Parts: sequence; structure tokens; C-alpha cells
Amino acid sequence: MPELNLTSAPAHLRHGSNIGQPLTRRDGVLKVKGQATYAADNHPPGMLFAVMAVSSISRGRVASLDVAAAKRHPGVVDVMTPSHKPPLAIDPELKTNPFVFRMEVLQSDEIRYANQPIAVVIAETLEAATEGALLLAPRYETLPALVGLDVGESFVPPVVGVGNPTEVHRGDVEAGLASAEKQIDAIYETPPQYHNAMEPHAIVASWDGDRLQIDMPTQGLMLSLARIAELFGIAHDKIHIRSPFLGGGFGSKGLMAGPPTLGIMAAKLVGRPVKLVLRREQMYGPVGHRAPTRQRLRIGADGEGRLTALDHHARTVSSTFDDFYEPAADASHTLYAAPAIRTLHDAVRVNTGTPLFMRAPGEATGSIALESAIDEMAWACGIDPLAFRLKNYAEVEPISGKPFSSKALRACYEQGAARFGWAKRSLQPRQMRDDAGLLVGWGVGTATFPALMFQAQARAAIRRDGSGVMEIGAHDMGQGAWTALAQIAADAVGLDIDRVEFKAGTSDLPDAGIAGGSAHTATAGAAIHSAGAAVIAELADLATNDERSPLFGAGNAGVIAREGRLIRRDDESRSESYAEILARAGVAEVEARGTGAPNPAAMEEYAMHAHGAVFAEVKVDPELGQVRVTRMVGAFAAGRIVNPHLVKSQLFGGMIWGLSFALHEEAITDRRSGRIMNANLGEYHIPVNADVPPLDVITVEEHDPHVNALGIKGVGEIGITGSAGAVANAVWHATGVRVRRFPIRIEELLTQH
Amino acid sequence: MKPFDYVRPATVTEAVAAAAQPGAAYLAAGTNLLDLMKGGVSRPDRLVDVTHLDGLDQIETLADGSLRIGALVSNADLAHDPEFARSYPAVAEALLSGASAQLRNAATVGGNLLQRTRCVYFYDTASRCNKRDAGTGCDARDGENRTHAVLGWSESCIATHPSDFCVPLVALDAVVEIEGRNGRREIALDALHRLPGNTPERDSALEPGDLIVAVRLPPPARGFSAHARYLKVRERTSYAFAVVSAAAALRIENGRIAEARLALGGVAAKPWRARAAEDVLRNVAPTADAFQEAAWRALADAKPSGDNAFKIELARRIVVRALLLAAAGTPARLPALPASPFASTSGAIHA
Ligand SMILES: Cc1cc2nc3c(=O)[nH]c(=O)nc-3n(C[C@H](O)[C@H](O)[C@H](O)COP(=O)(O)OP(=O)(O)OC[C@H]3O[C@@H](n4cnc5c(N)ncnc54)[C@H](O)[C@@H]3O)c2cc1C
Ligand code: SF4
Repeated sequence: MPELNLTSAPAHLRHGSNIGQPLTRRDGVLKVKGQATYAADNHPPGMLFAVMAVSSISRGRVASLDVAAAKRHPGVVDVMTPSHKPPLAIDPELKTNPFVFRMEVLQSDEIRYANQPIAVVIAETLEAATEGALLLAPRYETLPALVGLDVGESFVPPVVGVGNPTEVHRGDVEAGLASAEKQIDAIYETPPQYHNAMEPHAIVASWDGDRLQIDMPTQGLMLSLARIAELFGIAHDKIHIRSPFLGGGFGSKGLMAGPPTLGIMAAKLVGRPVKLVLRREQMYGPVGHRAPTRQRLRIGADGEGRLTALDHHARTVSSTFDDFYEPAADASHTLYAAPAIRTLHDAVRVNTGTPLFMRAPGEATGSIALESAIDEMAWACGIDPLAFRLKNYAEVEPISGKPFSSKALRACYEQGAARFGWAKRSLQPRQMRDDAGLLVGWGVGTATFPALMFQAQARAAIRRDGSGVMEIGAHDMGQGAWTALAQIAADAVGLDIDRVEFKAGTSDLPDAGIAGGSAHTATAGAAIHSAGAAVIAELADLATNDERSPLFGAGNAGVIAREGRLIRRDDESRSESYAEILARAGVAEVEARGTGAPNPAAMEEYAMHAHGAVFAEVKVDPELGQVRVTRMVGAFAAGRIVNPHLVKSQLFGGMIWGLSFALHEEAITDRRSGRIMNANLGEYHIPVNADVPPLDVITVEEHDPHVNALGIKGVGEIGITGSAGAVANAVWHATGVRVRRFPIRIEELLTQH
Repeated sequence: MKPFDYVRPATVTEAVAAAAQPGAAYLAAGTNLLDLMKGGVSRPDRLVDVTHLDGLDQIETLADGSLRIGALVSNADLAHDPEFARSYPAVAEALLSGASAQLRNAATVGGNLLQRTRCVYFYDTASRCNKRDAGTGCDARDGENRTHAVLGWSESCIATHPSDFCVPLVALDAVVEIEGRNGRREIALDALHRLPGNTPERDSALEPGDLIVAVRLPPPARGFSAHARYLKVRERTSYAFAVVSAAAALRIENGRIAEARLALGGVAAKPWRARAAEDVLRNVAPTADAFQEAAWRALADAKPSGDNAFKIELARRIVVRALLLAAAGTPARLPALPASPFASTSGAIHA
């Protein structure tokens, strides 16, 4: 891979503070020119191509594979099967930590879901490997597939999401419902969805003795490295992973999955570098997805329209061999001030790849159901849906009673509603039409996402020439880490952004944790911030302890770093440049490390969430039922905004995913075979340009002294929450038809007219 | 990928000879065929690339007033030909409502006519499909079939033909010119696509080696230009196949319909000409009531083949709307969202 050559002085750069500036992304030019090297762009000398053969049944076993036919095909070098594969150091079924998921890497002939890898063909060309995989012509012993939300015995999983309790309650829900003047009891269904990052999962793996070089998109460099180390029994320092760019991940590239592991095994088997790239349809199985849900919401309200109880039950599915449960009902914990809340989950096991985190896992699925149900209750009470939400505004976190670390949601409602023109909305549905006679509907949804923090480290250095270095194994999935984290780094060491060499995206750098949970900027940012502060302290030590320095005797706390100089806090006329300090001290550079981590004391005391309000306008053809979103306004309060430009793009993206959730996305599963019938981007619909209306994003000022040192909350996932519900509610307002199965389809809107 | 021969014939005669052998297939732009090959759905031994044949990319007006469109004219070039769009506006609108700009730039007239069904079980080689592998069964019949056929289907196949282009073409009595082993012949487009019956593996009336060289619109087709529309309901605003579509064309004289043409898309294994509906519209005023009556006639024989009863009601409503739109007159400019129910709303700059 050539040296990363990021744009050093992007447009709009202003001097002074870097955080808060709307810099354009520094890797933009590389990407536009096709010079950004994604994993599959790598071609080490002697590289072979590996192609997975995948199962077409979803339960049973492979009875036979025609390995001889595949091997006879010109160009095929080897065929990896359960009986012909390099050994692993540990059983991949072993759950060595909670972030380890079981994977199918040819350990047996058992089939647990459709599109499970059953063999890998390695060949001189992609075409030969592809045909080789076809020639394997597997025969199966097939068992009846377990499909759908009603198959088999349901059970209550021990935890949902990542360690959340399955059942949570506060107050007496049944009593609250019994005393209610108005009740809503409704069931909502959401379909299985697949991450569908543009860039398929890919790996280029080369072994050199016991050293392993890997190019692979990952949202978690160190988690992947640790998993590879334990699977292959090699030391961490023998593995080097490069992941400078991801063509999207959305949660599916967070943890080491089966297919890249197979790529490493294949390279070992043939003793040559191997590239393995998934075909689009192969991404519908072994690399995670969002499980379907069926959610029952029972809500009570008194005569004034105040909630008396909120009961949210979610049924979901996991695979037959591992556990991940979409924590859909948890969405009801934080938003509305009901005196009694209960959330619980149950599940069934089906023949599917194990579900995984996908774009606001739990929050997205739960949000569309909760926001629909709240809307239904507002209508039942005869109250404007925004007024209803304000009436039930949570001043403290309803489920815990904790105060919020910050919550500017009221301002989000106000500013969003004003921009949208909400005041002109008719209370009754099916009242508004445009000039062409199309039904017009307006809907609102509240957005919420927890402000999480993980663990990260960073290393900072100041060099003899006065420039800075910041190293952190952070991940740019397209969200803009190369830019936003570099901005934080520049401020952390008191330099302009083009004076700081920002290194990220490889596993030899300090652990940046995982780019997930919308917590990467906050976590990695906190590590960078503290590493920067520490290296400046080192520098200050050198200066203030040296009587030749104008800063002599100022003491550590007595200097500030700005524009490459240390300056006496109490006398700004006394200052010295970094270069001068290092030159006199005769050291090449000073360095220091810093960490970012959650603050348990603050977490104990405060509930920490980002919030937002999304307003949507849809038009619906009154006879034909086709829906189009025509306007969306989202107002979000997410703490400190590191880069308004990138944040806006993140929120746009989230809102589009919300629209997609409400109207488009659905993996269609054949109820007999468990196969996904639309495993391609032609038929698995996501919005195209013509579906995406003008989007308006407002970022609402919010200062949060508790979440982390920089006051950053995440913006990656919150946009999908609220938005999906806003669109669904707008469809109801346009048509008077409440659709409770998502995505909303034409046939549901073909009412009498 | 399975190895195959690739031949690039110099003349139509050579092409026909090369394609007449078993296992051969014509390759036009490949936007459908190559996808099928990559998925292992089609596994030809030989591709006969016709894109370099001379003289098949012309749009010409013949002496008798017919329009002759060469089989290699791209979907985009045809739709954007101003004279063509003026004379056959519903056809241009249908073309522009199909696929994406990139696909339309590549896709050819001949390829569009002969594109295969989008039945997901046809594409999925692990499923049983009588069309892909004769006699194996039809997994769509009891499967995920909400978008399948409601007209002309049989127990052996319930697939639909996905083309938008063909719908107004069949309404306008288009004729297909074919070069085959026994020389040139022509058939009505209405006779090109076959209903499945017991032999769904045969999509069309073509014989091995038959090459479509042109599509012809007869002189009367121009007579509808003032009142011709295509309407397509789909699951997103653009870049999706029709759930149901309709082409409606009227010749209105002295406030009465002198002649009506109506065809439906997405409802059957062929573009579905609704002649019974056309009949009731002859010599009546273009009123909503008349159009309702026509819609009932058009769908009189429809029956669900699965979870798709809604398509029948939807088709009726689309027929009424398409006729109303046609009666209102062809717009001076093609809408920014061609054939969309949202065509009349402002804001869209392109599809
Ligand atoms: C994602 C996607 C979305 C699409 N959406 C739509 C849509 O909304 N509406 C729509 O109408 N279409 C749609 N299409 C289909 C598209 O219109 C067709 O793929 C295209 O028209 C085929 O033309 P081609 O030249 O690429 O044909 P090819 O793929 O080259 O050929 C298709 C078939 O026709 C045969 N053939 C080609 N030319 C001749 C000839 N002259 N004589 C005899 N046989 C011939 C080939 O052998 C092959 O069997 C979509 C396609 C894709 C991939
Ligand atoms: S409907 Fe036709 S194309 Fe689809 S599976 Fe059945 S036979 Fe095949």
C-alpha cells in the first residue's frame, strides 16, 4: 500500500481551534481519484483467489462434494473442505469472551443456515475459483428448516443486546394500565434486514513463516487481531492488519467472522497469499444481520393524555447455535415519562446466521414500534402527536430515575417543528392534499441513542521540528475518522492540523477499541485528548525545569499549548516554541500515551443519551398506494460537534436509513427453505436518489460535562431512530391507515376510496 | 465462471448460423444475460455477440409511415430521440421508467424484449423452476409470490414478464422482424412472448438461431400521440420493476374515443393486451365511468396465483388512472419522474 497521502489543508480550514470546524474529509480526494486502497485492492505477488462454496439448504449436513471435479477444472489449485484444511489452535465454537461469536470455518459437515460456507476453492483466477465452487455440486441430507417468529418453543434469553437484562421494570404496569382512561394494545412487526455495506467483506492474507499480514476491512482492529491470534495460535505481534478504509460496516465488520478466517486458512493451506471476497448474496448469512421482531406495546394514558403505563414486549430470533438478541423493547427505557414501565423479550431459534449489531441494534427496531404506538395513543387522546410527546417529556430517565447528563430534546422539538412548519398540521388524518390530489401526511418521531464510551489508547509525540504525531488504531468506515480524529489530535497537541501526522487504521498502533455503538469519536477522541495533554505535560516539564527557558519556573499547570508554542498562562509574552524546547533539551522527540474510557462514577450518577426529533412529510397516491417521502427535518442534540460537516452527513445517512426501514428494507425469506430470496441489491430495496427528499439537519447546541472530557456524544446511529417512526406516522396521517408491519407496502394502503 | 466460446460474427447470416447450435445465446448489452451467467442460471457454451453487426442501430421512418427501430438501438437513445418521443410518447415514458440511466444507456431494444422473468425462484438455482429446468416444479407456486402473475398463468409457472418497453409496444401493435435459419419473417409482438401452459421453459416463439433485427411500429401507432401515457406502480420511486403497470393510448375525435389501446405490465408472462377493454371504449366519451368499465373488462379473467390478489385491484385502478391521464392529454414534456404516480408533483429533477 502506498503511503497514505491525505489532503493536508482541506477547504474551510481556519486557524485556531480545530474542533468544531467543518473541514471536508481529508481522504476525499484519494477516494474520488480511486487511490484509496481498500482491502480487496491489494495484490501481493503470487496471490491466489479463494471463492467460498455456500450451502443452499439451511439445515442438515453436506453428504458429498465433488472435489475431484473442482480440482480438475483448469486453474484450480486446491479445495479446502472439512477433511482438508489447516488445523486451528482452538475450537471456534468456544466462546472465549462475550465478543466472540461462533463461526463456520469447515469444522464439520453440519449446516445451520443457508449461505453457510461449506468449502473454499482456491485458484489462479477468480473465474476458475468461481467455476470450481460450482463444480462441487454438493449433495445434502436435508432437515426441515426452522423459519419465522413462531417456530418451535419460545424462551427467555439470559440477556439481550450486549449484556442488557432481558426484563426490566419500574412501577406496576398492570395497575397503570388498569387505571388508564385510554389504552393502546398493538403489535408491530419488523423484518430481517441485512447490513449491505457497499464494500463486501474481503481479505487478502499472506503468511511468512508464522507471521501473518492481512488486509481486511474491520471496525475492530484489535478485537479481530486477538481473535485471529487465538484461532491460529500465534502471538499478537506476529499479526499485522491494515484497514485504512472501510466501504461501510454498519456493525457487520465489527467482529471476526467466518469468511475472513477462511481466507487466512486458505492462505495457510496453499502457502501463498490468498484473496477472498464475498459475493453480494454470500453476505446474507455468515456476516450477521438484524433479526426480525414482533413487538407488542400496551400503553395506558389518563384523561389528560399523561402516560400511566408502558409495556413493551419483543419477540425476536437467534440462530440455532449462538446468541444475539435484538434488544428492541429497551427503546422504551428512556424516552417517555411513564410511571410504570416494563420491557421484556423472548425468542425462538431459527436456521439463520447469528444476528448481530446493525445500525442502532434494538434502538431502531424498538423505535419504529414505540413511536408508532405513541402516535396511536396521541390520536386516541385527541392530542397533536408533538404536544403529546412534550406532555410526556421525561425530565429524568424514566426507567432508572437518574438525571440526564444533558438533554436538549425540548430544543430539538422546538427547532425541528419550527423549521418544518408543524403548526399547520391537521389533527385528523387524510385531510391534507397537494395540488395534484396526492394525500399529504406529516409525522414526528423522537430519536434517541445512548452516549457510550469504550476503551482506547493513543500515543502522541512532539518532534524536534516542532511537528506532532498522533497514533491510534482507529477506523474510518466512511464516517470521517481520518478527519474528525485528526482535528481532535491537532487541538490536543496545540498544533494546526497539517502539522500533526495522524496515523490510524493499522493494528500496530495503539488499540482504539471498536468503531461501533456510535462511540468511536468519543472514545478514540478521549484517548487522543489525553495523550495530547500528556505529551504537552512532558514538553512543559522540559521547559519549566530548565532555567534557560523563558518558561522556567512556570510549573506544569502554568503553561498552555497553542500554535506550536508553550505559553505562560499568567504572562502570554513569555513563550517558547516546541522546536526550541526540544532543541535545547537535545532530545529528538517527547512522547506520551493516553487512554479513553467510560467514567463509572458519572455513569452511576447520570443517564447519558443523545436525542433528536425528526419530522417527515410523505405523499401517498390515494388510489394506487405508492408512497414517497417528500421532506424530512431532523434536529439532533448530541453534545459537542467535532465537525459539523461530517456530522451532518452522518445524520443525513441515518435519516435515510430510517426512511429505508419504514418503506423499503426487507429480506424475503422462503418460509419452506429458509433461503433469502432477494439477496442482491436489485431486489433488496434501499432508497435510491429519487426516494430521498431534501433533508434538513439541525444540530442543537448541547454542552455535556459528564459524558467524557470532550463532551462528545455519538451521531452514527441516532439518525435512524425517530426517522423510521416519523415516516410511518406520516403515512398514517396521510392515509388514515395504521400499518403495523414494516416495511409499509402498497397493498396495505389500497383501501377503499 | 463456466468457460464458453465467444464469437463476433460479421454478418447477420453468420450470426444466425453461429447461434443456431444448441447451447448458443446471443449477447447484446448483457445487462440481463451476464447477470444470469454469473448466477449460474444461464450456462451457455457459446456467446454470439451481435453488438458489432452493422445496420441494426438505426431508427428510420419507412415510406408507408411505419417506424423501424433496429434491435441494437439503446433504450436511452430511443427514448431520447425527440421525434420518437413526440410520436410515441407512451413508449418513451415506459423506457425511461425502466431500470437506471446506466442500464438504459447499455440495454438494447432486442435485449429488452427478450429479457427473462425476475421471478426470484428462477434466479435461485437451488430452487425448483420449470422455466429454468423443465419439469422440475415451481417453487414460486407456494412460495413468496406477491408479485407474481394474475393473468394467463398456469400451474407450471406463475412468472411475469418484466419489461416496461413491451407494454406500450404491444398496445400499439408493434411487429418484430426476425432473421432465422429460413430467412426473414415477422410476427406481432403480441405473439412473441408465450404464456406458460405446460412449457414455461419456452419464453418466446423464437426458434434456435432466430435473431430479432428490428421492431416496427405500424403507421396507425402515431395516431395516438396526443393521448398516450404509461403508468407504473413500483416499490420505490425509481429503479424498481413494476408491481403493475399500464399503457393507455386514445384517439379522441369530437369528444369521443375513436379508438383505444390498453396493455398491462407485470401481470402475466407477456405484456398483456386488454382487447376486451379497448372494445368497450370504442365510440364513448372519455369518462371515469367508461374507464371503470374498461378496467373491469381488462381484469375479468384475473385470478391470484398466490399472495397477490391485491394486484388485481391495483391493476384495475392503474387502468383507470392511465386512461384518465391519457384522456387528459400527453404532457408537452416527459415528466421528470416518468410513469410515476408522482410524475405531477414538483421537486424531482430526475428519476
Ligand atoms: C437492476 C436492474 C433493473 C432493471 N429494471 C428494469 C425495469 O424497471 N424495467 C425494465 O423493463 N427492465 C429493467 N431491467 C432489465 C433491462 O431492461 C434489461 O436487462 C435489458 O433491456 C436487456 O437488454 P440487453 O441488451 O442488455 O440484453 P442482454 O442481456 O444482452 O440479452 C437479454 C436476452 O435477450 C437475448 N437477445 C438480445 N438481443 C437479441 C436479439 N437481437 N435477438 C435475439 N435475442 C436477443 C439474449 O440472448 C438474452 O437472452 C433491469 C435490469 C437490471 C439489471
Ligand atoms: S413461476 Fe415460473 S419462473 Fe418462477 S419458479 Fe415457477 S416456473 Fe420458475
